[in-house]
Amino acid sequence: MQTLNIARRQFASYFNGPAAYIVIALVLALTGFLFFYIPGAFFLTGRATLRTLFQMMPFTLMFACPALTMGLLAEEKRNGTLELLITMPVREWEVIVGKYLAAVGLLAVTLTLTLPYPLVVSSLGNLDWGQVWTGYVGLLLEGSALLAIGMMASSFTDNQLIAFFVAGILAFVFVIVGYATPFFSGGVASVVEQMSFSFHFESMARGVVDTKDLVFFASVIFFPLAIAFRALESRRWK
Amino acid sequence: MSDVMIEARDLTKTYGGVRAIDKVSFQVRKGEVLGFLGPNGAGKTTTMKILTCFVAPTEGTARIHGADVWEDSLAVRRAIGYLPESTPLYTEMMVLEYLEFVARMRGLKGPDAHKALKRAVEETGLGDMLARTIRELSKGYKQRVGLAQALVHTPPVLILDEPMSGLDPNQAIEIRDLITSIGKERTVILSTHNLAEVQVSCDRVLIISKGRIVADDTPDALVASAGKSRFVVDVKKNGKSEGEVRELLGRVKGVDRVRPVDVGRDELGFEIIPTGDDDLRAPLFQAAVEGGLVLLGLRREGQNLESIFRGLTTGGAPARDTGRSSDTGRSSDTGRSSEAESADAPSDDAPNDTAKES
Repeated sequence: MQTLNIARRQFASYFNGPAAYIVIALVLALTGFLFFYIPGAFFLTGRATLRTLFQMMPFTLMFACPALTMGLLAEEKRNGTLELLITMPVREWEVIVGKYLAAVGLLAVTLTLTLPYPLVVSSLGNLDWGQVWTGYVGLLLEGSALLAIGMMASSFTDNQLIAFFVAGILAFVFVIVGYATPFFSGGVASVVEQMSFSFHFESMARGVVDTKDLVFFASVIFFPLAIAFRALESRRWK
Repeated sequence: MSDVMIEARDLTKTYGGVRAIDKVSFQVRKGEVLGFLGPNGAGKTTTMKILTCFVAPTEGTARIHGADVWEDSLAVRRAIGYLPESTPLYTEMMVLEYLEFVARMRGLKGPDAHKALKRAVEETGLGDMLARTIRELSKGYKQRVGLAQALVHTPPVLILDEPMSGLDPNQAIEIRDLITSIGKERTVILSTHNLAEVQVSCDRVLIISKGRIVADDTPDALVASAGKSRFVVDVKKNGKSEGEVRELLGRVKGVDRVRPVDVGRDELGFEIIPTGDDDLRAPLFQAAVEGGLVLLGLRREGQNLESIFRGLTTGGAPARDTGRSSDTGRSSDTGRSSEAESADAPSDDAPNDTAKES
């Protein structure tokens, strides 16, 4: 219950300020640009597929997600509102999960707003909707993992900018590391591949839902949140 | 359960080797309003943060409403309403929206929540502000929102950290009246460095200095125990230097110390501390006449809480020797900074501070 109260307030507060609008607008603009104008993108392939969209989206999320999470705890710490929140009858994990859910909610809204792309594409040709849905689930999972990392970064500091950059760098590493696989060999290469968000996301973008990928994203969501929980709890010992 | 609502036992908190508070123990009974007094950095806020479960004590225990702040922190947090220092609020929210959020967090639903909100809004006089964004409110109204959120769930215990600071005198009086009326039914701890405030609205005063409790009594008893009266003398300047007059008054039999007090351009003011309990008004008058002074005022005053506070929290030594308590002289919430300055000056061999007057 407390979790939902916190999620609800946080979600509303995204829309009380410019943050949500800016992030949504940027994601949509960037997606539109990458989708239609990048060479080799949609019009050149000449097929009714969202592959290019799904290839571009992780890069957009890499910026969007840290922007959504940077303030979650850092701002409340700086303003002192965290003190009021945490001295209400609420558990630390409820604060973390509640705020995280609000960010995931906003991500879901943003992704929903990109649905016109598949709609347009499907009007042009025969679109495989099954693939579209698994791709969107993949995006939501990848984004949620990035949000969890951002939540963790926000729990370390009371400076939003630092939270943004820490989350951004980690997000960059996880998203980009897959492209570095050719530079490694043998065991290291497969470890790097397994670490990479794109590796786990791409199979979903192709329409394949594998438990391994789900478990991967679930753990990349869980561990950063657990660390954020510890960081929040540690204030009692300092 | 007894009627002890708050019980702190040997609370100690160290931050990186520095003791913020040191073996702080006290009790607050049901219906009491306890004033928590001390210079900035004395440990008031730390103590309150422990009582509200925001930080854990390094040593010692505290119980609120029968629940331990460490073992049963959720029960403690249910029993308290808390207004942290500087009133942190979600400023982007509307007043009503924010209070509804607090009510939900406090587990109030439906008609209960509605009733509770209505009562808190009435008590704090926020009726006209409900549709305003908190950011747009004046400091006084923000403070009311802070109080309203602490009151929504009718907690038996209220913990208010400097509810009066930063308010103009009118706002301060309003908030003070509000707290006094709230305090009739509830147990309240409020921290402040406004002494007038404590004398008016608190049943008991706890004075804390450098992390230790140095006094715990009713305001009246504190004033009474401090005993000795003092004399206040104002003379017309008439070309006399402060040092001259000071020396003259110091020669009167029974005078222990003479402290200059800043009064005005053409006057010299002094505070005279006697050695005994004798009434020195007659000898002082005599001395003034003989010395050719034009006496503008001469009166006897009991020690007020302010001087007791200074005595206890500066410990005789100048308050500026440690960084932590250096704010003593500057905490002019009382609006009587002149006294603060003179209290800071070492009383035995004070340098002539006439320069300050011009």
